[in-house]
Amino acid sequence: MNTPRLFTVTDRRDEITATVTLELQPLDDQPLPVARPGQFNMLYSFGAGEVPISLSGSINASDSVRSADRYTHTLRAVGKTTEALARLQVGDQLGVRGPFGRGWPMDQLAGKKVVVIAGGLGLAPLKPLLEALLADITHYGHVQLFYGGKRPEELLYPESLIHWSEKIEVQLSVDQAGPDWRGHVGVITQLLASAEMDPDNTLAVICGPEIMMRFTIQALQKQGLPDTALYLSMERNMHCAVGHCGHCQWGPHFICKDGPVFCYADIAPWFFQREL
Amino acid sequence: MRAAILAAEHLDLLIQALRDSGYLVIGPVRDELAIVYDEIRSVRDLSQGWLDEQEKGHYRLLPSGDGRYFGHTVAANAWKKFLNPPKRLLWRARQHNGQLQFMPQSEDAPQLAFLGVRSCELHAIEIQDAVFVHDQHRDEVYSQRRQSLFTVAVNCTRAAATCFCASMNTGPEVTLPSDLVLTEVLDDASHYFLVDGGSERGRNILATLPLRAATSKQQALAKKGIESARQQMQTGPRFFDSAGIKELLYRNLESPAWDEVADRCLSCANCTLACPTCFCSAVEDTTDLTGEHAERWQQWDSCFNGEFSYIHGGSVRQTTRSRYRQWMTHKLASWIDQFGHSGCVGCGRCISWCPVGIDITEQLQAIQQADKP
Ligand SMILES: Cc1cc2nc3c(=O)[nH]c(=O)nc-3n(C[C@H](O)[C@H](O)[C@H](O)COP(=O)(O)OP(=O)(O)OC[C@H]3O[C@@H](n4cnc5c(N)ncnc54)[C@H](O)[C@@H]3O)c2cc1C
Ligand code: SF4
Ligand code: SF4
Ligand code: FES
Repeated sequence: MNTPRLFTVTDRRDEITATVTLELQPLDDQPLPVARPGQFNMLYSFGAGEVPISLSGSINASDSVRSADRYTHTLRAVGKTTEALARLQVGDQLGVRGPFGRGWPMDQLAGKKVVVIAGGLGLAPLKPLLEALLADITHYGHVQLFYGGKRPEELLYPESLIHWSEKIEVQLSVDQAGPDWRGHVGVITQLLASAEMDPDNTLAVICGPEIMMRFTIQALQKQGLPDTALYLSMERNMHCAVGHCGHCQWGPHFICKDGPVFCYADIAPWFFQREL
Repeated sequence: MRAAILAAEHLDLLIQALRDSGYLVIGPVRDELAIVYDEIRSVRDLSQGWLDEQEKGHYRLLPSGDGRYFGHTVAANAWKKFLNPPKRLLWRARQHNGQLQFMPQSEDAPQLAFLGVRSCELHAIEIQDAVFVHDQHRDEVYSQRRQSLFTVAVNCTRAAATCFCASMNTGPEVTLPSDLVLTEVLDDASHYFLVDGGSERGRNILATLPLRAATSKQQALAKKGIESARQQMQTGPRFFDSAGIKELLYRNLESPAWDEVADRCLSCANCTLACPTCFCSAVEDTTDLTGEHAERWQQWDSCFNGEFSYIHGGSVRQTTRSRYRQWMTHKLASWIDQFGHSGCVGCGRCISWCPVGIDITEQLQAIQQADKP
């Protein structure tokens, strides 16, 4: 539980600025534990440190589902540890602990209309969910993806977005764009406000910067979605990932073990509270 | 087994019996400025004849003028450091020619006996058990030390001014299981302990000691001692009704009382280090000069530290106000949601060891007064 398991990088792909996707395989012969969309691993880069990174989807847009004997992670270099992780090349070794936490409510999505809302890098933890939905699309009523970013070139997984838009409704939004941009310009909540939704039969899953999630929650509430139909993924400092170090506490919740995915109805008293 | 009497002059036999059974015995000893829990080899190491005077931001040792062993109250440091070491090595790693290797660290857990555990402290240990033993994930170092732990609890017959276990329903009388329970009685010329065996192991130790049956008068005197400790608290300023605290704190996250305390609080983390239930820790990864060897150390941390809540872009809890609020609200409110009971046992340590004399019971009253439901 404390000691990382030894993994190697089996594939690597440069994504948008400072962002890479790594595919990881254990160096022992043991199988991987079951990993659910929305869960995360603690990735350790030798000499740099260990950080929580969500599981992401398959590394190639053409693969329909992530391979079960590898982990895939998309991460952005923002500081010491993520920079070291982003420098890893195929064949390099690293440590992995996990998977941890509670993921997206996959069991509850069946038969429902699903609205997926992502901001920036927040698409990464939602990618395995989207892939699972797409692999079995007949089980889901209707899937919509709303994805927002700063600029068109800051949107993750462009090939997958094209691929997905053939099967589900995909709406993109950016803060600023050149003349050849055909999507929305503005904030994602504008798209949500004008979207057709069936409030009684829809579940929404949300991942992005906290401020974006706040506005998203309000927009969905205006659409009439009940708090019990809203799910989102939270981020806080984490050292242990198993409920012992206390760093991820947020009101009565430990984000590492009670989350990172929460049903909004359970966290509504805390979500708008500052400096909690 | 019926309560028995151990003469005070035979207390050392108990210590030696524990040592002979392989236990490392820890008990209250006097260091320069305070009574602390530390290793004891014989009864001579105990802080016999000393009292603690505790108040807001104040701790002083005084000679008790009598021969009591346990006339003082809780020691300055909590027992937690023996079960959850303040600093420990989790693993070492080595990277050579691109090959990485992890070497987990494990320990042969010492077999510990705690002599002089107070009722509030048994509760504190139970509270940490909930985090490290009974939750989804176990902490192996803690669990192993805990499993072999032998406790000799002591009923409190005196309360410090800072004690408020009577408000938190955690004392002064020992009610949680303990291998042995002692009540010290010093009556005219006779000095003895009323002893109870609370486990098989406890009774096995008792079987080696020269005990007498307790008379009903002796039992009554022991009860009277505990009652006088309870009385001291019930008539003191730190007696309050702890029902409904969770709701009170949850609805007062924006109370002006937080601003007032934030002006005084130094965010020094003394209270969390002294507190017997605070469990937070941090890990630190280090590398040696060759760059080939790395280690991960775990050490106690505190929600009062600035980096505690750091995420890219800045700490979530930037202000002292938000950190004090986190600490107190966790202790008294969210702990109940997390583990089913309060995270405060009323030991008063955070009150005595706060350099500016912030008092959790006063803060609670301030919030109560400003409460507008
Ligand atoms: C559940 C969870 C899932 C995440 N998933 C992803 C993902 O899929 N892709 C991705 O790029 N990033 C993800 N993050 C954020 C990522 O963990 C941080 O970017 C990373 O910790 C920054 O570390 P650093 O050392 O590079 O940066 P620094 O700014 O140097 O951070 C120093 C330390 O602060 C802590 N820290 C800083 N930022 C964060 C943060 N946002 N969350 C938690 N701890 C932080 C870490 O302990 C870090 O080592 C996730 C965070 C959480 C909590
Ligand atoms: S909060 Fe203070 S009184 Fe309560 S258990 Fe901790 S140190 Fe003791
Ligand atoms: S009060 Fe602070 S240091 Fe103590 S357990 Fe709670 S979060 Fe950790
Ligand atoms: S990350 Fe340590 S308690 Fe959640």
